[in-house]
Amino acid sequence: MTKKDLANILNKNLGISLKETSKIVDKFFDTIVKNLSEGKDIKLPGFGSIKIQERKSRLGRNPTTGDPIEIAERKAIVFRPSKNLKKKLNYKSDGEDPNV
Amino acid sequence: MLKSELEDIIGEEFKLDKVLSKNVINILVESMIDSIKNNNRIEIRGFGSFFPKTYDSYNGRNPKTGETILVPEKILPIFRPSKDLITKLNKKKG
Repeated sequence: MTKKDLANILNKNLGISLKETSKIVDKFFDTIVKNLSEGKDIKLPGFGSIKIQERKSRLGRNPTTGDPIEIAERKAIVFRPSKNLKKKLNYKSDGEDPNV
Repeated sequence: MLKSELEDIIGEEFKLDKVLSKNVINILVESMIDSIKNNNRIEIRGFGSFFPKTYDSYNGRNPKTGETILVPEKILPIFRPSKDLITKLNKKKG
């Protein structure tokens, strides 16, 4: 699924022109990307949260030469799926509800 | 950033009323859930991708009682941020 598919779905469901829904989908992801790159977390109930986590600097090794090198501190992006999403992915029609 | 803030931004930009902008965000989120559920990868350039990953069942332990239990097979959604996004995030100070 790409942005194009999402624009098509909005167009079919809401009767807004495809030209406009394409712009809406762009704006949706641009806004999320903008917030994340400013270090702000995203919370979408029913889907999950996307958070920024600090990774401390640590000593690594050059795998070829074995020389120790410092890996600088950095920020990582972590997605935590909501319980709702995990449940939906694991739902089985036989009624079994695995622990997620 | 919360869902309601996204709704407001979309509503303002495209002159949609509250009900419609709420609807837009809900449909986007629900469509993404359906896509992952149907085993379809979501790929958004400049943002990243979502895909389901199946984990085998394994023998785990109840940490309280030490009892061995079978943890059933499960599917978890995985997000891989795009390199662009990681680079952007690490360029900014603060």
